Amino acid sequence: MTRRVVITGVGAVTPLGVGADALVERWADGECGIEDGAGRCSDFEPTEFLSSKEARRSDRFSQFAIAACAEAIDAAGWGDAFPYEPGEIGCVVGTGIGGLGSLEEQEGVLRERGPRAVSPLSVPLMMGNAAAATLAMRHGLHGQTYGVVSACAAGANAVGAASRMIEAGDAEAAITGGAEAAITGLATAAFAAMGATSPSGVSRPFDARRDGFVMGEGAGILVLEEAEAAKRRGAPVLGEVLGYGATSDAHHLTAPEPSGREAARAIELALADADISAEDVDYVNAHGTSTPLNDRTETEALKAALGEHAWRVPVSSTKSAIGHLLGAAGAVEAIATLGALRRGIVPPTLGYEEPDEDLDLDYVGDGTRPLQSQGNGEANGAGRRIAISNAFGFGGHNAVLCIAAE
Amino acid sequence: MPTEATTDEVERVIVDGLAELGADREEISREATFENLDVDSLDLVEVAQIVEEKFGVELEGEDVKDLRTVGDAVDLVVARSS
Repeated sequence: MTRRVVITGVGAVTPLGVGADALVERWADGECGIEDGAGRCSDFEPTEFLSSKEARRSDRFSQFAIAACAEAIDAAGWGDAFPYEPGEIGCVVGTGIGGLGSLEEQEGVLRERGPRAVSPLSVPLMMGNAAAATLAMRHGLHGQTYGVVSACAAGANAVGAASRMIEAGDAEAAITGGAEAAITGLATAAFAAMGATSPSGVSRPFDARRDGFVMGEGAGILVLEEAEAAKRRGAPVLGEVLGYGATSDAHHLTAPEPSGREAARAIELALADADISAEDVDYVNAHGTSTPLNDRTETEALKAALGEHAWRVPVSSTKSAIGHLLGAAGAVEAIATLGALRRGIVPPTLGYEEPDEDLDLDYVGDGTRPLQSQGNGEANGAGRRIAISNAFGFGGHNAVLCIAAE
Repeated sequence: MPTEATTDEVERVIVDGLAELGADREEISREATFENLDVDSLDLVEVAQIVEEKFGVELEGEDVKDLRTVGDAVDLVVARSS
């Protein structure tokens, strides 16, 4: 019998505040967490979630993950005694870059004070698997634990990998998501040097005036459980990871393959995995970075994968409200997607005003609206709502999650 | 110039350092074990770096890995500095 994967808890730290509800509700209210050209988690105070020792021993990206995880576990009702054996719980957390702030700080120490002054914590702080390892240690998880590194697709790849882990029977539950804290001097300069970030500092996905992405930071963590096991323990089921598809462009280090062929195939794989048709998709949570190339290619990919339905289904980008959280984006946006489905709303693409040539889908520039069940497919009955959440990363990584909620 | 490594001064620097690293200051004494203070090998390397900067005493990981108590660390630094 096929094992299904349900979502029983979510947590987020984003530029819209601490908490998954803050993310969804403030975005739906049209609030934008971007200030001075960056989406910083200004409300986040590490010592509210960590002891001073833990704070010293975790880079900011891991700190975000710890806080988001605490919220997610609490929401899942896991309490002090977890409902699964430690060995049955996996932990997969994606990141684009890892502890870049720690790396840059210690590089400064090395230059100014020499090698003997470099902190012995440098490597454990900066390593890309640090968030996953920290969560496993903090909560005593003994299942498969690793980081996923696929640039801006990492958060979605992580959730997909964790879902597969449960489907395969390698775990009964998993803590998964993504975390990023890369608004540093080096990363800011480097993304600007390659022309990826917005000179205007405005995130307006799909708009004709879009000129690059705005850097954001934060984390999103989901608690996934095998559906029957969740049911047995009376877990609060928020939704389901219905499908997952991932492909590779194998085209260019940074530029998406222009036809969006492999991005489209990732969407198709996710729909096939979910055993639904394009017409069953009620909402598309776009990768929508606000870069000229991504938004055009993603539009092409949606048309290729969804056919005529691409013009009917609402498509909006969470990045219009929080910027681009890189390796955390896929997970944070999966949480935003779930929140939108559960509330029966389609949050808007903020700042979308001027249509671009050939970018002619419904990008929801007119504010939050009620989610209309597309109602064309049999799968989408009985109050179940279905969305896809796209994530594409430098390196040509394409990851698509198909999420359902009652 | 490095500070002179008197026992009192070394103890003060190490206690401050351990507290800075997250150990509970009220629990720190000469007799306190690093195990009870939840001070591990990574913390001890950081303590060694603080000591080196302050007193000019170079301690390697090998030197500190078998230290058991705060007093052991203080005595080692004082001994090495003379």
